[in-house]
Amino acid sequence: MIDRRLFTHFDWALLGMVLVLASIGILNLYSATSGGEAFGTPLYLKQIFWLLIGLVMMIIIAFIEYRFYADFAYIIYVVAIFFLLAVLGYGIITSGAQRWVKIGAISFQPSEFVKLSFILAMANFFQRPSSREGYSLKHLPFPFLLLLVPMIMILKQPDLGTAVILLLIFFSILIFVKVRWSSLLTMVLAGGALIPLLWNFLKEYQKRRIITFFNPSLDPLGAGYHLIQSKIAVGSGGIMGKGFMKGTQSKLGFLPEQQTDFIFSALGEEWGLIGALIVVGLYFALILWGLRIAVQAKDRFGAILALGVVSMLFWHIFINIGMVIGMMPVVGIPLPLLSYGGSFFISTFIGIGLLLNVSMRRYLF
Amino acid sequence: MMELNTQRMEDFKGRYRYFVAFVGVAFLLLMIYFWYLQVIKGSEFLRLSENNRIRIRENPADRGMLLDRKGHILAHNRPSYEVYLIPEDLKSNPEVLVKVGELLNMTQEEIHNKLQSQKKRAPFRPVKIKSDIDWSEVALLESNRVHLPGLLVDVRPRRSYNYGSLASHLIGYLGEVDEKELRQSKEGPYRMGTMIGKFGIEYQWETDLRGVDGGRQIEVDAIGREIKPLRSVEPFPGNSLILTIDLDVQKVAEEAFQDKSGSLIAMDPRNGRILAMVSKPSFDPDLFAGNIPPDEWKSLVEDPRHPLQNKGIQGQYPPGSVFKIITAIAGLESGIITTNTQVSCTGVYPYGNRDFRCWKEGGHGTLSLHRAIVESCDIYFYQMGLKVGVDLIAHYANEFGLGRPTGIYLPHEKSGMVPSTSWKKKRSGVPWYSGETLSFAVGQGYLNTTPLQLATFISAIANGGKLYLPQVVERVENIYGHRLKEYPPVERGGVEISEKTLRTIREALMGAVNEPHGTGWACALKEAKVAGKTGTAQVVELPADFKKGDMYRMPLKFRDHAWFVAYAPFEDPVIALVVLVEHGGFGATAAAPIAKKVIEKYLRMESISSSRMAEKSGDSKKE
Repeated sequence: MIDRRLFTHFDWALLGMVLVLASIGILNLYSATSGGEAFGTPLYLKQIFWLLIGLVMMIIIAFIEYRFYADFAYIIYVVAIFFLLAVLGYGIITSGAQRWVKIGAISFQPSEFVKLSFILAMANFFQRPSSREGYSLKHLPFPFLLLLVPMIMILKQPDLGTAVILLLIFFSILIFVKVRWSSLLTMVLAGGALIPLLWNFLKEYQKRRIITFFNPSLDPLGAGYHLIQSKIAVGSGGIMGKGFMKGTQSKLGFLPEQQTDFIFSALGEEWGLIGALIVVGLYFALILWGLRIAVQAKDRFGAILALGVVSMLFWHIFINIGMVIGMMPVVGIPLPLLSYGGSFFISTFIGIGLLLNVSMRRYLF
Repeated sequence: MMELNTQRMEDFKGRYRYFVAFVGVAFLLLMIYFWYLQVIKGSEFLRLSENNRIRIRENPADRGMLLDRKGHILAHNRPSYEVYLIPEDLKSNPEVLVKVGELLNMTQEEIHNKLQSQKKRAPFRPVKIKSDIDWSEVALLESNRVHLPGLLVDVRPRRSYNYGSLASHLIGYLGEVDEKELRQSKEGPYRMGTMIGKFGIEYQWETDLRGVDGGRQIEVDAIGREIKPLRSVEPFPGNSLILTIDLDVQKVAEEAFQDKSGSLIAMDPRNGRILAMVSKPSFDPDLFAGNIPPDEWKSLVEDPRHPLQNKGIQGQYPPGSVFKIITAIAGLESGIITTNTQVSCTGVYPYGNRDFRCWKEGGHGTLSLHRAIVESCDIYFYQMGLKVGVDLIAHYANEFGLGRPTGIYLPHEKSGMVPSTSWKKKRSGVPWYSGETLSFAVGQGYLNTTPLQLATFISAIANGGKLYLPQVVERVENIYGHRLKEYPPVERGGVEISEKTLRTIREALMGAVNEPHGTGWACALKEAKVAGKTGTAQVVELPADFKKGDMYRMPLKFRDHAWFVAYAPFEDPVIALVVLVEHGGFGATAAAPIAKKVIEKYLRMESISSSRMAEKSGDSKKE
C-alpha cells in the first residue's frame, strides 16, 4: 500500500511549520513554568515526550490511505461517543467538570478525540455530492444528529469551550460543502429564536456563569481578574518583549491554566509584538496551507476531512489567542501546538497526520 | 473500499475563496489587537506589571445571624481588625518583619510560622498574621504605614456569640477551612483562610449562612498601598436562621446544671421542635471564631468530660428505669400482662445463679403495674421482662425510635443500640441468655440510647404515639426578612398503642411525680401536673452488698448516670424533656430538680403569653 511516490509528494512544508511551532511551544513552556516549584518531571520534558508520541501517531495516521478511514468513520464516531458516555458515567471529576476517562495508567479527554471523529463522520456523510444548487435543509437531519449527540454530552460535562468548537466546525463544513445560503440563514435564525427559549430554562447560577463567560469584567474576582492579568502580561511585553525567561507576570501563577489555556500570555510577555506576530504569522501560514490542501484534494472525502481539521485548528487558534488578549470571551480551550497537555496535543498531531495524508495523496489514486 | 468520489469538487473551489478571505481578516484582527495592546497600551501595562499593581482585596460576606424563636440574637458578626502581610512585598523590605513584630508584640518565629502556614497561596494574596487587634494597635500600625510596605490592616466581620457558651453545642462553631474542605469545594466559594462552619448549626446550615463574598480589584503603588479601586463586587450577607430554641428556657436549663456534666433536651411534643438543648460541660464558641491557640484546643479535646461533644445526640447511655415504660407497654399491648398483674417484691430476685436486686432494700412488697412504675420497682420488671421476652420489648423499643438516629439536622448523631436475640447471635455467636433479659427489661446491659432518642420517646407518650423529627431551626430568612425556607413538623412514624395502655402509662408517670413514694417527687409543681420517670444508668456493675448510700462514696467516674424524662401539663402536654446528669447518681435527686426548674419556667412563660393573648382577643372583641 505504501507507494514510493508518497515520499516524493510528502508535505515537508506542513511538517516544517508544525515542528517549528511545537519547538517554540516547548521553549515557551520551559520559560513559563520555570518560576513555580518543581513537582516531578518538568512540564516541558513531558511535552517533549508527548511530541514524540504525537509524531509517531502522525506518521502512522498519514501513511494509512485515508479512504480506509472513510469506511470506519461511523464506527470510530460511535466509539468516541461511547468514551464520552464513560466520562459522564465514571469519569474522574477534575475541576468540578468531568472530562477525563482513565484506562489503566493513561487518562485522556475523549472530548478531544470526539472532534476528530465528528469531522470523519461529517466528511463521510458529505462525500455524497449534492445537486447543483447545494444541500438544503432536508439533507441535514443526519449531520445535525452527528453534531447534537456529542455536543449535548460535552455541555453536560460541562465543557462549554469544546461544545462551541464542535458547533463552529459543523458550520465551517456546511459552508464548505455548499449548503444553500438560504438554508444556512434559516438555521441561524431558528437557532437565534431558540436561544431566549432555552435561556428561560436555565437556573440563575447557570445564567450568571454564561454572562460572565461573555463578559468577564462582571466577575472581577475570578475570570475578570485572570483576564486583566493576562492582558497586563501580553501588553507589558511591548514591541521587543522582556526577553526569554525574563517575564514576571506570567510566571506568578495568577492564571489558573497558565500552561494550557493562557500559555500565549507568556509568549506575548517575553517576546513582545515581534514574537507574537511571528507566531500568529506561522499559524496563519499553517491555516492557509491547510485550506490549500483541502481544495487540492483528490476526492470529496479528502477535501472535507482536510477542511474539517483546518477549521478545528483555526477556531482553536483564533478563540484562544483572542481570549488571552481580551478580544474574545474566556473560553477554556487550548492553543494547538503551544499549550501543554497530552490529549489535545496528540489529537492535534493526529489531525496534522490526516492533513499530510490528504496532501500527499492529491496526485495519487 | 469505497469508490473515489470526485463529483462537484468545483463547489469547494468556489467556497475556498471565502475561507481564505475570512481567515485573513481574522488573523489581521488579531495582529491589530496585539499592536494596540503591546504598542499603544504597552507602557501602561508595563507599569501595571511592575510589582503586580493589580490586586484583589477580599470582602467577605456577613454570616447570617442566629436568633431564638422570639427573635433574640444568639450569634451575629462584629467588625474585627485583622493584620495581614503580603510576602511578595516583603522580599525587598525584610526589616518590615522586625518592625511589625515590635509593634504587635510578636516574635519573629511566630510571624514566620503564620507566613508559612498557607502553602498553596495565590501570588500577592495577603496572609493573616494577627486577628482582632485593638484600637491602639490599629493606630500604631496605621501611623507607621509608610514604613511598612507589605502590611495590610483590614476590617473583617467576625462571628460573635451574644451569650458566650450558651447552647454552644447546638450552635456549633466556625474554623478556618481545611484542605479536605477546600478540595471538596473546588471552584467553590472557599479560599485558604476563609471561615467555615465546623460543628452544630453553623456546620449544618453552612450554605444558608455563608452568603456570597465580595471583593475589589484595586491598583496599588510600588509599596503595596491602594491607589485606586478598579472594579468591585459587593458581598451579599448570608441568610439568618430562626431557631426553635427559647433563650429563656435555655438559660434556666444551663443554670440549673451548675457545674454538673450531662445533657438536657426540651421539646414541644406537639411538633418536635427543640425548645432547649444543653450539653455540659460547654465550650466558648468565640474561641474558635479567631484561631484557637493549640494548647486550648488540646485541653478541650483531652478533657475527660468531653466538652466538645454534644451529649444530647452523641452521648449513648443505658436508659435505666426510663426503659421500664417500654417494657410495660410491650407487656400491656401484647396482653401478656394487665394492669392487675401483681408481683411480690422482697428486694432480691434470685435467677439462675445470681441474685438480682431491687434498688429498694427490703423490697416494695406486693404491687401492681401502676405502683411498680410509680415506685420504679426493679423486681416487678425483671419478672415482666421474662414473661414478655426480649424480642417483643426490642420491637417496641424500635417502634419508639430507639436504636436508630432520629434524623435531626445536626452532625454526628449516634444511633444508640437496641439488642435482640438475633443481634446477639450475629455479633458474638453466643445465644441470648435469659439472665440478660432481666437487665434489658430495666434498661441496662447492651441497651444504649441518646438523650434525644428518649426526648422523642417521651414526646410520643405525651402526644399519643407520634414520632416527630426533632427540629432545631424554624425558618430561614434573608436580610430583607423574606422567608426562604420553613421547617414544618415532620412525622417520621408512629407507634400504635391502644388508648387504654396509653392512659395506664400516663397515669403511672403522673403518679411517679405526684403520688406518695413516687420516685419523681422532686419535679412536682404546684401550677401543673407533671408526668415523669426517673432512671439510673449503671456505669459499672455494683457489688452484691452495695448500699444506696455507697454511691456517693464512689469515685465520680464510676458513679451511675442519672436520668429523668417528663412532660407537662399532664392533661395537655406542651413540653417534654429529658435530663441526663453524668455520674449524677440517682435520677430522683440529681436529674429531676433540673427538669423541674425548666418546666416551671416554660409553663409560667406560656401561661403569661396565653393570658396576654386572651386579653388581646378580649380587647379586640370589645372594640
